[in-house]
Amino acid sequence: MGRYVLRRLVQMVPVFAGATLLIFLMVNVMGDPVAGLCGDRQCDPATAARLRAEFGLDRPVWQQYLTYMGNVFTGDFGTAFNGQKVTELMATAFPVTLRLTIVAVLIEVVVGVTLGVVTGLRRGRPVDTGVLLLTLVVISVPTFVTGLLLQLLLGVEWGWIRPSVSSAAPFGELLLPGLVLASVSLAYVTRLTRTSIAENRRSDYVRTAVAKGLPRRRVVTRHLLRNSLIPVVTFIGADIGFLMGGAIVTERIFNIHGVGFQLYQGILRQNTQTVVGFVTVLVLVFLLCNLVVDLLYAVLDPRIRYA
Amino acid sequence: MPEQPFPPEGAIAGAGPGGAMDLTASEAGTLERHPRDPGADGSPAPPPGPDAPDPAGGRPRSLWSDAWRDLRRNPVFVVSSLIILFLVLISLWPSAIAPGNPLACDLAKAQQGSGPGHPFGYDGQGCDVYTRTVYGARTSVAVGVLATLGVAVLGSVLGALAGFFGGPWDAVLSRVTDIFFAIPVVLGGLVLLSVVTSTSVWPVIGFIVLLGWPQISRIARGAVITAQQHDYVQAARALGASSPRVLLRHIAPNAVAPVIVVSTIALGTYIALEATLSYLGVGLKPPSVSWGIDISAASPYVRNAPHALLWPSGALAVTVLAFIMLGDAVRDALDPKLR
Amino acid sequence: MRGATATRWAACVTAVALAATGCGGGSDSAGASGAVLSSSWTDPQNPLEPANTNEVQGGKVLSMIFRGLKQYDPRTGEAKNMLAERIETSDSRRYTVTLKDGWTFSDGEKVTAKSFVDAWNYGASLRNNQKNAYFFSYIEGYDKVHPARGEQSAETMSGLRTVDDRTFTVTLSQKFSGFPDTLGYNAFVPLPRAFYDDRAGWLAKPVGNGPYTVESYTKGSEMRLTKWGDYPGPDAARNDGVTLKVYTDNNTAYTDLMAGNLDLVDDVPAQQLKNVRGDLGDRYLNTPAGIIQTLAFPYYDKNWNKAGSVKVRQGLSRAIDRRQITETIFQKTRTPATDWTSPVLGAEGGYKAGLCGAWCEYDAAAAKKLIKEGGGLPGGQVKITYNADTGSHKLWVDAVCNSINNALGNDRACVGNPIGTFADFRSKSTTQKLSGPFRAGWQMDYPLTQNFLQPLYYTNASSNDGKWSSPEFDRLVDRANAETDPARSVRMFQQAEEVVRDQMAAIPLWYQNGSAGWSQRLSNVTLNPFSVPVYDQIKVG
Repeated sequence: MGRYVLRRLVQMVPVFAGATLLIFLMVNVMGDPVAGLCGDRQCDPATAARLRAEFGLDRPVWQQYLTYMGNVFTGDFGTAFNGQKVTELMATAFPVTLRLTIVAVLIEVVVGVTLGVVTGLRRGRPVDTGVLLLTLVVISVPTFVTGLLLQLLLGVEWGWIRPSVSSAAPFGELLLPGLVLASVSLAYVTRLTRTSIAENRRSDYVRTAVAKGLPRRRVVTRHLLRNSLIPVVTFIGADIGFLMGGAIVTERIFNIHGVGFQLYQGILRQNTQTVVGFVTVLVLVFLLCNLVVDLLYAVLDPRIRYA
Repeated sequence: MPEQPFPPEGAIAGAGPGGAMDLTASEAGTLERHPRDPGADGSPAPPPGPDAPDPAGGRPRSLWSDAWRDLRRNPVFVVSSLIILFLVLISLWPSAIAPGNPLACDLAKAQQGSGPGHPFGYDGQGCDVYTRTVYGARTSVAVGVLATLGVAVLGSVLGALAGFFGGPWDAVLSRVTDIFFAIPVVLGGLVLLSVVTSTSVWPVIGFIVLLGWPQISRIARGAVITAQQHDYVQAARALGASSPRVLLRHIAPNAVAPVIVVSTIALGTYIALEATLSYLGVGLKPPSVSWGIDISAASPYVRNAPHALLWPSGALAVTVLAFIMLGDAVRDALDPKLR
Repeated sequence: MRGATATRWAACVTAVALAATGCGGGSDSAGASGAVLSSSWTDPQNPLEPANTNEVQGGKVLSMIFRGLKQYDPRTGEAKNMLAERIETSDSRRYTVTLKDGWTFSDGEKVTAKSFVDAWNYGASLRNNQKNAYFFSYIEGYDKVHPARGEQSAETMSGLRTVDDRTFTVTLSQKFSGFPDTLGYNAFVPLPRAFYDDRAGWLAKPVGNGPYTVESYTKGSEMRLTKWGDYPGPDAARNDGVTLKVYTDNNTAYTDLMAGNLDLVDDVPAQQLKNVRGDLGDRYLNTPAGIIQTLAFPYYDKNWNKAGSVKVRQGLSRAIDRRQITETIFQKTRTPATDWTSPVLGAEGGYKAGLCGAWCEYDAAAAKKLIKEGGGLPGGQVKITYNADTGSHKLWVDAVCNSINNALGNDRACVGNPIGTFADFRSKSTTQKLSGPFRAGWQMDYPLTQNFLQPLYYTNASSNDGKWSSPEFDRLVDRANAETDPARSVRMFQQAEEVVRDQMAAIPLWYQNGSAGWSQRLSNVTLNPFSVPVYDQIKVG
């Protein structure tokens, strides 16, 4: 077990190098970012050349990459085009996004798994159909619209919440954005749980547990749910990275200056330093989530062992 | 018992009426229909239980033909197939039910509600929503179905290999998955699709497959790792079944459920993703017509012209519904315990 | 039924919005005591140096914390003396600037001639990477401190001389009678010593000489500005301060305004324009700004630069129903263009309504005929290139294309050609990689006809991306610049503009307005010709 974890940690090194190189190249391929810095006017050639030199864009790509990585290892992630340190951007963006992700994942786990268990045990009943219809709404109506309507309804019409999140972004203000962000994932979690539950409830061990006279609640939580959670855990583990890096629409609607928003801006402005810096951290999140998920497999199903 | 988080399977061996089977029959093709092995210790199991369907006399039927027989009788399958058939038909011949031209737009009629001959009203550019919804099916269904198929196949194969063989296979495949996971969709789209000049849907489908497979791969890997632990798999291996055979005939049917679930939902999100790419200017080249493009164009105006959003969204919902139902039916058919 | 639902929903939101702002007015919107208003903002793209700020959001701040030699009148756009007591010249080339007495920076330092000369030299110097350096290019010696290539050979421009504390002279490299009127632009403001002593510290909390001082600045979140009590100028703030709140999306800011969490939105999102009267009543302003949108053409592509091309361009111009698009898509926040400048210049400043004549009037039959006479559309189809990432360009490009398609009776005559990022779009248009018309927007730097013509149509000018060239136009512009009599200069610019018209160098689409919506706490809200709110005039409570 210990050796397995160690091996996985060692494997992170090549993934880390590969992912950063890939992202670095991709942003580079997008073209010349300096062209966009002077508005609808062409930067005068001398200034453009100086700006390129300042951002290191005048050197070969491999040299840029090595310099960049060298700096990263000393904790210097470079500077965004507006003169702000990328580490500074990350320090403001990641905590907010982390809180938003926690809210979203909690909603996924609590609401998604509950709905999944209920619908899995009552397949074909009205509650199952109702949840299916909700799922369809969530999938076919864009997050943008759901967010906007909820904002108008709860924020403007009823005045229950502030439509936008303040810059401190405490957990309380992130409940609605978290729900909106989690909505599509919620559909996945609910249906994954439902299917697993429906599949496993006829298993022998469940029948046995029921036959033995164990209370229903205990059967469901201890036996049925535990064995049904592996696909759900897999999904959520992979989803955490997406929620952190891809909450572009949600963060925009609710005025959250988080990772998704900054990354999106960085990409549109072709700011290598920002994009690679943020993705680097996200890669680490992905890798750690995966490791945790794999370890959870062994917890949920003791037959699975890691050597 | 309560202290033990997971009941050892041996403790309930034989107690369940549905799990019995004859291990030696595995080579005859009946094993898959009774996936749960009753005996963890490999002891001989009791004869088939009362609710296990008896193999039809004579030649034993395969899992797949059984599943097909079940499917045809399942009304859910029939209904969903009819919807999908309808979608395919209007994708091929949209003009059969929509005489108008989806590109004919008159700004004077922008955001107007329904009128005679225009049951769904007009969108923000004054185009007929009904005609565009019908014509949008071709692109959207093509993108949704083909991308989902591609993602499901590529993802399941790579995920299953990683989960089944483990060790270095898993290490390499999973870490490659990780790298692909790290590519932000917006960046990938702007880089990979902006160089494309083709006006067809293929680049978009290819792009979605390229960035979408890691998700299914991970799900498939987890499902295979779980299924692999089942005793019947261990038993089949002990009996000398070849790896491909074990993977295909014993593990796959039991690992396919989560893949189907995720794929059917993903189908809807891929149709929406096409719109995101088009919004970024790298998706389908104008003047394409698709539900996604119309949904994203109508979204900001939901306060003024909700109908322009409602119909393409509704069409998308019906499509997703059909595939979710189809997926459910197929999954049920593959799971003998539910029979 | 659907229409009814929409109306009910809108009415509902309106009623509540009124109630919400009514009861919530001022509760927490100001965030500080007194008459402080909150206003929507976007993080400036560049460090807040005056000569490095080339977009509205940074300009907003500079207009609050700085005052230059001239100030543009918020209503008429006329350049009026602010710090300048007088700017004199006899030959439109050598100018003597005399400063008013009594101006200081908010840190107490006196504003002297040196404050200007040093700031301008800093802005022009290649070493400092200032994006607006070219503003100083009229000054003699600019080519030494900012050569087109290679290292700079001088630290300061030879055309700038400090005479005494209140006087300095400016020598231009050529005659330019409009020069004093350009001096209201942000790039020409003076800078305090503190800027050179500790640039990083200054950027974190800029110090200027305007009616407001920066109290705190949290990048990416908000900037608090307070009224400077000892402000020596005539336009002291009528409120106690302004809090600029950074928004990720203007629609969110608008929703916050409706919910009573924000006082002022100076960019009402396009999708809310239809609801704005219902949501805000008369707390909404829609007023002309110095912005014009045009379609430019790639003259480096011989398809667009051959015998019949003029007729094709004229035909396209006549195929665009500007009135309908501005009314339906933009809800009258754009006005159909009838010349190549802007109404904010006023008739005396060179705006001439109807200069375009019939060529800017929609006529499907005439359009079809013209394009046919001109040899048809190159390749049978025009692709209008635009960037997809900012603004809602797709919306109007689709509408323009539909209009052209309807006029020509061919549903594929015109299609949009989106490009993912602004940088990529700019890079393609400045390196001559486009093969059809492309979006060209122009926001004036200062209210002069010259600014709408020379940078865009003069041979090899900085924003002449289509590489249009006409010796006749160039000659007229040179003469107009040298002309000392303003009225005669304007007339000559108009003659140059007629050359643009006769060649249909670019198709004028519409003049853009500035728009703003505000809460019930505010009154006297106006926008200047640069579509920036005149913050110092706003009254709170």
